[in-house]
Amino acid sequence: MSKLVSFFGQKVKVINLGIPSFAEDLKKQGVEVMHTEWRPPAGGNKKIQALLAKVEAWQSKVKAGKGAR
Amino acid sequence: MVVCHLIRKQTYFDSVTLMLIGSQVKKLDGIENAVVGMCTDYNIDSLKRLNMYQPEFDGLTPNDLIICIMGKDKATAESGIAEVEKRLKSRKQASGASAELPPATQEEAARRLPEANVVLISVPGEYAAREAAQALNNGRHVMLFSDNVSIEEELELKTLGVSKELLVMGPDCGTAIINGTPLAFANAVRSGDIGLVAASGTGLQEVTSTIHRLGCGISQAIGVGGRDLSEKIGGRMTIMATRALAADPATRVIVMISKPPAEKVLKPLFAEFKNIGKPVVVYFIGADPKMIEEQGFVAARNLEDAAIQACRLSNKKQHNPEMADSEIKKLADKVKLPAASLRGLYSGGTLCDEAQRLLQPVIGEIFSNTPVKGCKEMPDVYKSSGHCIIDLGDDNFTRGKAHPMIDPDYRSERLVQEFADPSVGIICFDVVLGYGSHPDMAGEMVGAIERGRKKSGRNPVLAACICGTEEDPQGWQQQKARLAEAGVSVFPTNVAMVKFVQHCLERK
Repeated sequence: MSKLVSFFGQKVKVINLGIPSFAEDLKKQGVEVMHTEWRPPAGGNKKIQALLAKVEAWQSKVKAGKGAR
Repeated sequence: MVVCHLIRKQTYFDSVTLMLIGSQVKKLDGIENAVVGMCTDYNIDSLKRLNMYQPEFDGLTPNDLIICIMGKDKATAESGIAEVEKRLKSRKQASGASAELPPATQEEAARRLPEANVVLISVPGEYAAREAAQALNNGRHVMLFSDNVSIEEELELKTLGVSKELLVMGPDCGTAIINGTPLAFANAVRSGDIGLVAASGTGLQEVTSTIHRLGCGISQAIGVGGRDLSEKIGGRMTIMATRALAADPATRVIVMISKPPAEKVLKPLFAEFKNIGKPVVVYFIGADPKMIEEQGFVAARNLEDAAIQACRLSNKKQHNPEMADSEIKKLADKVKLPAASLRGLYSGGTLCDEAQRLLQPVIGEIFSNTPVKGCKEMPDVYKSSGHCIIDLGDDNFTRGKAHPMIDPDYRSERLVQEFADPSVGIICFDVVLGYGSHPDMAGEMVGAIERGRKKSGRNPVLAACICGTEEDPQGWQQQKARLAEAGVSVFPTNVAMVKFVQHCLERK
């Protein structure tokens, strides 16, 4: 648990995806935050999203394979 | 009636922003209905149901914005559209105040803030798991506010999180306080040595706020999502979080709040708690406290009690409820109910649950849209009859609308409706303060109370509990004063308010 316990001592810095007011509240408290103007991937096209997911899964397998070498 | 619309292709806004603007514009004179939303299946269905669907909407995607207004005439409907556009523009300016264009993806955001260690995700559920997995794979903790994430996806994410020692708070997790930072719906509380793990958003808010008001403080408040202790998820995040709090030198007392875990999860969870070496306060909502005490843990009787027990163990002092029973009874003795029925209008699900559990054994038949054991399902959630305790944050009331902790409209409308029922003698409700919540919920409720009194000529007894702290953006005392001026009896906790309600009903 050393990794998580050491995180407990750190300053929280946030990437916010979605509701903008969550980022605004954090900014007001002086928390470093990067709000993202998120939108559905592939223009919301479900077919292309499914293809993208396959590519991503393949990429992470390749990455994991490289990491193992 | 005339329907006017505007399509903004490739213009995305989050659903909460759009629902709030739609609900505000709907209140303007001459506007019958307003649908402001991305072109999702749900919004298309709503438009069809409301007879507002236009042929031009065919072929649009969830990245296209629709503003569709039904007004008494063309000019009114068009002015409604102009009002929506004005509000969207000011919204955009508020969130993108910097000169640089905001990033459009998590990858880009991470390039700009590489030291980010938490990703807060509130995108639509169907996309949330993908973003969460990306965050975890890049070594960042996740707070997953989004709902509609499948339990299979949750299992995958939590397995990945545990393997990397990264938090997966959620899905459907509304509250966390990590390293002193309140995330999403959370209260401004003092730092201290009490660490909490909770599968209940408003439960966590109620306990952390009460701990603060009792003079103690929080090390971490980790939300794990309502399904973490289910058989399928096996308490993965609860176990990881409690292990970390056990090893955390800043945490001296651990509090666990959840519905009772699945039977198969209970044994390993208790085994885990026994290895902690720090006092553990457990509140399994609705479970027999003896089952917890037999295992050697401190069993809390309710949310207020969980805070009191945690404070006692934290500073070794005796703590009492902020409002003594005698004081509550004295207040109840002063009022006389004009009729016999109770209506509870809650925005917090766990608070609604708690009220039912406390009142059912003493006042008998209670109806709810989220009935606990012994209470009955409301035949029609939009029409109350007898004693009703309603969770207005439940799915029935939030489809296509923002949560009542953000958008007070439906609760205000319902309050006016309850005033008009001659069988109603007492109405109680919660006001949840903190980051993420409405900036002046007490003010909104007072407005509704005034409308209710004027329209019905009736004056049922009113009681409210305020979940929050003086340090919250809304200010506890200020909200209390607002309600008290309108003749509402105000209580620091839900338990205290429920005791007041009980005394009032017993005297009737």
